[in-house]
Amino acid sequence: MSRAEIFANIRRGLGREVPSDTQRQTVQNRLRAQADNIIPARAQLPRPQQVELFRAMATEAAAELIDLDSLEQLPAACDNWLTTQGLNEFICASDPQLAGLDWSDIQAAKAERVAQVGDMAALTTSFAGIAETGTLMLYSRADSPTTLNFLPDNHLVVLHESDILGVYEEAWKKLRNHCQTSDGLLQMPRTVNMITGPSRSADIEQTLLMGAHGPKRLVIFIVKN
Amino acid sequence: MDINTPFFKARASEALQDANLQQALGNLKQGFPHKRAIAVERMPEFEALRDQGRDLKNHILEHLDLYLEQFESKVTENGGQVHWARTGDDANRIILDICQQVNAKTVTKGKSMVSEETGLNDYLEKNGIQPVETDLGEYILQLRGDHPSHIIAPAIHLNLEDVSEAFHAHHNKPKSDDPVTLMQEARDALREKFVVADVGITGANFCVAETGSTIIVTNEGNGDLTQTLPKTHIVITSIEKVVPTLEDMTLFLRLLARSATGQEFTVYNTLSSGPRREGDQDGPENFHVVLVDNGRSEMVGSQFQDMLRCIRCSACMNHCPVYGAVGGHSYGWVYPGPMGSVLTPKMIGIEKGAALPNASTFCGKCESVCPVRIPLPKLMRHWREDEFSKHLTPKAARYGLGSWAFLAKRPALYRQFTKASSWGLKLLANSPFGGKKGKLESLPLASGWTDFRDMPAPQGETFMQQWKKRQNAEQTDGDAS
Amino acid sequence: MSQQHTPQRPSPNVGLFITCLADMFRPSIGFATVKLLEQTGCRVSVPEQQTCCGQPAYNTGDRRTSAEIARMTIDAFAGYEYLVAPSGSCVGMIKYYPELFDAEDPYQQLAQSLADRSYEITSFLFDVIGIEALQAQLQQLTIPRTVTYHDSCSGLRQLGIKQQPRELLKQINGLQIEEMTEAETCCGFGGTFCVKYPEISNRMVSNKSEFINDSGADTLVGGDLGCLLNMAGKLQRLGKDTPDALVEARHVVELLADMLDTPGIGEQDVRRLKATTPTTDFALGTEITGSAAQPRK
Repeated sequence: MSRAEIFANIRRGLGREVPSDTQRQTVQNRLRAQADNIIPARAQLPRPQQVELFRAMATEAAAELIDLDSLEQLPAACDNWLTTQGLNEFICASDPQLAGLDWSDIQAAKAERVAQVGDMAALTTSFAGIAETGTLMLYSRADSPTTLNFLPDNHLVVLHESDILGVYEEAWKKLRNHCQTSDGLLQMPRTVNMITGPSRSADIEQTLLMGAHGPKRLVIFIVKN
Repeated sequence: MDINTPFFKARASEALQDANLQQALGNLKQGFPHKRAIAVERMPEFEALRDQGRDLKNHILEHLDLYLEQFESKVTENGGQVHWARTGDDANRIILDICQQVNAKTVTKGKSMVSEETGLNDYLEKNGIQPVETDLGEYILQLRGDHPSHIIAPAIHLNLEDVSEAFHAHHNKPKSDDPVTLMQEARDALREKFVVADVGITGANFCVAETGSTIIVTNEGNGDLTQTLPKTHIVITSIEKVVPTLEDMTLFLRLLARSATGQEFTVYNTLSSGPRREGDQDGPENFHVVLVDNGRSEMVGSQFQDMLRCIRCSACMNHCPVYGAVGGHSYGWVYPGPMGSVLTPKMIGIEKGAALPNASTFCGKCESVCPVRIPLPKLMRHWREDEFSKHLTPKAARYGLGSWAFLAKRPALYRQFTKASSWGLKLLANSPFGGKKGKLESLPLASGWTDFRDMPAPQGETFMQQWKKRQNAEQTDGDAS
Repeated sequence: MSQQHTPQRPSPNVGLFITCLADMFRPSIGFATVKLLEQTGCRVSVPEQQTCCGQPAYNTGDRRTSAEIARMTIDAFAGYEYLVAPSGSCVGMIKYYPELFDAEDPYQQLAQSLADRSYEITSFLFDVIGIEALQAQLQQLTIPRTVTYHDSCSGLRQLGIKQQPRELLKQINGLQIEEMTEAETCCGFGGTFCVKYPEISNRMVSNKSEFINDSGADTLVGGDLGCLLNMAGKLQRLGKDTPDALVEARHVVELLADMLDTPGIGEQDVRRLKATTPTTDFALGTEITGSAAQPRK
């Protein structure tokens, strides 16, 4: 009932009862083209500078960066960070990247599960880093549950330098390549999270405070190529 | 929500006397516009992005039915369900129905102005379901039984003491006036709510037709917890939020945060595309999108169509000297500031909403910062035309205008009038009553002016009188030579 | 007052749109405008059949009256190469005339033509005539004042007038421009707004007055008499106990045409302004700030 009325109103407003073939074609073309709009020059840089821009922008957004020469250094680096914060446990997902590492020497207890209230830290991987604004892109799947990104007080994220892209559009292209149906179309994951720094709010007297509902700290381990 | 818009003037008057509010508005003025200016400075393409944003929105509106159809079919394909609500009441009923189907007792809510528009919270409560606002600002307001006074900074009218009192009354904790402690209290209290909620309701900043995704643009992370933890996620949003592709959404994301808070990007930009997938360990099992019309479809093709470009960034109100003077509650309904002055009369009727489009000097600041270049003053003027043509303009203004127009259309008569008026005012200013000061300190029929400022007196003869004399003198000189 | 024309070069045929406020309240603005136009070699006439630009009707939503007044104004200025007015607001209104007529109405094109030929005075001098034509005269002037310029809304945002008046003023010897905070924020006049919503208008003009006083300028300059009447009226009300410290309000053409022999807006006598250059202890206006209506953050 509502649907029909709404469409009738819109079509009356547009001065047509049904869209013309040309109009349908225009819309289909736009949907298929997935064309870029204006892309800011800021992030259209040679790779090393893109990485530098990512660092600068992520830092500006109050993320903490830790450099790793290789992924193998992650368990120790992660453990070290947790220890310095006085934390002795963390959760992560059954992410194959993390599962392949040697976690036997760490102090902190590691659990593979979704997040619960009270969890202090989560470790996840990321799908891309976007230099333009220092943004991480993660998406949900069996080995990447979303709650890890939001419930624990501290979110530790692994980002490979090689996954740092210039602009959001490059990340969409990468996503389109990664998440496809059998006929090559984009199969959107249930959720895609773009994360730029830790949670914050300025709702009390317009004073910016970090750690509103999401993680109070966002730590990015940047792994060299 | 109660409609108090007809009392705009009285509410504004109170707001101007409210010292706390004035302090908050002063902070706002120093905050958002300043940060926006810096963000714009850092993005040399910003003006070009605004042009493209305007053009893309226009393209979308010209094909709105087609993009909505596409969005609906993709959401369905993703395993979600789209519901269409002609009115706010329809939307509330649809949402209640979904909640009842899953036997919901509690729902958590992310920030949604559309749900304010439909009065969803009151409706759910009346029907035995407890809605819990989880955005910090909205949570504070809910505890106080209050409503947002700003579309992105809802509790902007409150100060620390107000928050402290509200939390003390509800949290069973010692009273604190430390903002960090207060925020932690809210964090703890709401974590309990997130996990027990049966349904999570969020808004959406955009709906992507290509993928059937909705996106929320936030800083706190409450929206993500709201939509990830409960079994059912309901998105309540409106029909004009649809955009074609992810790339098109990206254009608006570049405009939105910079225009709103002056951030380069908000902390969380989260796309939702249906319910939990096979193998997923978390996320909602049901995904619903309620698309609200509530007058919008009638704006398509009308002189108000441009308003449908609005992406709810709040730049217009952040920069508006009227909003900056009286705050959001003066506007008496959901949407304040210039965008509210155009939308509100559409949603509550011009009969009740006429005060808002009139409360503008047409200074044009709002249009100059609008990310999608909505000609807000022009649209407010359209409302004044609507009001005038329906004979709703207040009598005094109408008669005043009528007499003035009668003269303005008759130059000879007009000259007599201006001559007499200048002379009269000058005489009055020079009389002991005027204080012989070149100005008037009070003037009958113009107390709106002279209550607050002096009225500079005319110099004497009008320009036209003097010009004529000069012409005559030159004529005489010319004749003599 | 009459100026010599320079018959050697073609002189633009300018119709002066005096504006209702300048006509009634401050004819000297009109004569200063004429003087500037004539100094740059324009032939100036003042069409008889003009009254008001129609903005009060337009902004009240009365399109019919606006169109009738527009027709009258279009006819009145039909024979002139340019319409020039000492107001960005009125010229802004004339730029809206084309919207008042249907496409098939012959007045639509005439309205467009008039809109294209209409200029605010400083924009006309700077953008059309060119500063060179006036530079010599301006550079001969010495006006030892510190001025602050209020950008009126229509001029600024509709017509893009910002640097034109400043560039012209800068040519004058001894004149210093001190920008106030928020020079581009509306003063709260808004035509009928100031009487429809007097309290809101008052808050806006109070803020404005504070910025003006804080600027340290001795003279407030602007391009629209409506705004100037509003601001001068407020400055005078706020500073009524300290008349000597008052910032004097003047239309920009009064300075450019060196016509400062009339009292400032809303003043009885020509004031001798103290101070030629601002110094660190230049405290003009501080007392006024202290008594300003509302506290600042």
